[in-house]
Amino acid sequence: MLEIKNLHASINGKEILKGINLVINDGEVHAVMGTNGAGKSTLSNVIVGNPAYEVTEGEIIFNGKNLLEMKPEERAQEGIFLSFQQPVEIPGVSMTNFMRAALNAKRKHQGLEPLPAGDFLKLMREKRKIVELDSKLANRSVNEGFSGGEKKRNEIFQMAMLEPTFSILDETDSGLDVDALRIVAEGFNKLRTPQTSAMVITHYQRLLDYLKPDIVHVLIDGRIIKTGGPELAMEIEEKGFEQFIVTR
Amino acid sequence: MEEKNSFVREVAEKKYEYGFTTDVQTEIIEKGLSEDVVRLISQKKGEPDWLLEFRLKAFHYWESQEQPEWGHLQMPDIDYQAISYYADPTKKAADDGKSKEIDPELMKTFDKLGIPLEERLALSGTAVDAVMDSVSVKTTFREKLKEKGIIFCSISEAVKEHPELVRQYLGSVVPYRDNYFAALNSAVFSDGSFVYIPKGVRCPMELSTYFRINARGTGQFERTLIVCDDDAYVSYLEGCTAPMRDENQLHAAIVEIVVMENAEVKYSTVQNWYPGDKDGKGGVLNLVTKRGHLRGANSRLSWTQVETGSAITWKYPSCILSGDGSQAEFYSVAVTNNYQQADTGTKMIHIGKNTKSTIISKGISAGKSQNSYRGLVKVSAKADGARNYSSCDSLLLGSECGAHTFPYMDVHNDTAVVEHEATTSKISEEQLMYCNQRGIPTEEAVSLIVNGYAKEVINKLPMEFAVEAQKLLGVSLEGTVG
Repeated sequence: MLEIKNLHASINGKEILKGINLVINDGEVHAVMGTNGAGKSTLSNVIVGNPAYEVTEGEIIFNGKNLLEMKPEERAQEGIFLSFQQPVEIPGVSMTNFMRAALNAKRKHQGLEPLPAGDFLKLMREKRKIVELDSKLANRSVNEGFSGGEKKRNEIFQMAMLEPTFSILDETDSGLDVDALRIVAEGFNKLRTPQTSAMVITHYQRLLDYLKPDIVHVLIDGRIIKTGGPELAMEIEEKGFEQFIVTR
Repeated sequence: MEEKNSFVREVAEKKYEYGFTTDVQTEIIEKGLSEDVVRLISQKKGEPDWLLEFRLKAFHYWESQEQPEWGHLQMPDIDYQAISYYADPTKKAADDGKSKEIDPELMKTFDKLGIPLEERLALSGTAVDAVMDSVSVKTTFREKLKEKGIIFCSISEAVKEHPELVRQYLGSVVPYRDNYFAALNSAVFSDGSFVYIPKGVRCPMELSTYFRINARGTGQFERTLIVCDDDAYVSYLEGCTAPMRDENQLHAAIVEIVVMENAEVKYSTVQNWYPGDKDGKGGVLNLVTKRGHLRGANSRLSWTQVETGSAITWKYPSCILSGDGSQAEFYSVAVTNNYQQADTGTKMIHIGKNTKSTIISKGISAGKSQNSYRGLVKVSAKADGARNYSSCDSLLLGSECGAHTFPYMDVHNDTAVVEHEATTSKISEEQLMYCNQRGIPTEEAVSLIVNGYAKEVINKLPMEFAVEAQKLLGVSLEGTVG
């Protein structure tokens, strides 16, 4: 369970999040929708501990632990995963080596031995299928020369490998064509369990048609101004965000 | 913040694993350099007159020269009279009449360095010549190699047992007049390895020399000579370490390689001399001349080096491509951290027709270090169809270090194709955050990224060496980012 209480955060001295309150229970998928610059990406960056963002007030509790006291890698090892909006390229580092380092870091945190090479490669093959990632991509450098769609599929592939308990999809639908969107969304759905939860950040209904969120939040100017069921997303699709801004 | 500082300090203190000294009775001659000292070294080694002549000529030439200053280096003043030019850690056993036996302390030292000198414990498929200070301690697998006609021994023994070969080739690739440090080495060189691969023989194991500086106040001046005859092949590895000391220690070596027709030599170095402490105190001054002569048609030579050590590195493993169709390669990773300085690169001299050379250089700078690539590609008028491809990349970790590239091209033939590419990059915050978000701690992420960057070179190393080199890259750069 992830609990965010009165979270304020800023970047370069400018306050972006102005008191976020949010509870995401196990098994739930929450959608966070909002205009550009509302603070959606800031929220995801703060949850994963990006040092570029400063938390000025509030707390984030993840499964009873104070997340804000942990380094980014510890948060990841605890089971938090971010599907990046713009996955960065790491030339020369193969996906295989990268995933092995990531998986073994998590296993070490759990007090487990590194996964033997054979088992690891088998796991890679299995998980690759979830997002129809071909073997050539897995042997290439991290995100290097990947198309936009491949990068997003690669994010979900990593999620499948690391089996996080809480995942954030930060505009995973941006830059995806219809087919890639379907593959990514179906891949994500296959990974859902009653023990895992997720936060999906998006502008559009399109992705939510596949992901079927339990709860939808509207984030405007650093605050969640409305929370509802899936019907709220439909309403936004129809009428836009303007109605919320006007009511303020 | 405090916690982080203590971590960095801990890393800085523990990271040079080879900084210990061996307590072994060592015969060290008086400090200073003179004609008498040169004669004394020659006498101690029981050398023939022609070699003494060679040394004396080199000494007089050295005396007439000034230390070069063109490198992008801040070289401390070297007091050549404050160094001892000969230190023999095997002397005691010999005096006790146990000349066949090696002092157990020496065996232990090389064990500790991961270089077991007992053949049954050796790394599979590797023969080792272990050199400490001025003397070769032991060469393994000599008998086995002899069966194939391969000579692998210390150069001192080669002078005695194969004088005709040594005399023919010594100084033939790097003449003593080549440069200041080459002249110094030619005057006072102590030990090193000698390799001869006869015609048509493919050396069945990796040959390797491990250089260790131990004695205080000494310099190491080793000399290696490799001759690979027609249609022969050898892969040769060189490793080096030294104790942690506050003063600089001088290491001025020469490596000469002769490659005949259709022959191939691969020379790999993992250089991990003590780099000095985090404030730039101490460390080895590594001033080395390495050169190969591709004499025969279709001969091949590759230099692969991973340089993480030394306070100062000044070396340019070079190739003279005389044989038509000969091919030379230079693959280098040079890492500098703290106050280390490296001015390293290569020279490719194309003389034969249709000769081809490749240069891949990867510089990695961290801390307050300075890392320079300096390379010359020369194509002579007769070298029709010569080709060179050079790629020099620099990776910067932090904002106080420097990376520099000095490529020189001197082309006298219109049919030559010479290409040069250079890039400079940094490890970005985004890359580190991406790794962190996947659970990979920053130190490990840096190591992963640096190894990825250097992969093209590391992949050229023999297996065991590649694994060592990967670890070394990680360790050398710990505490540099974050």
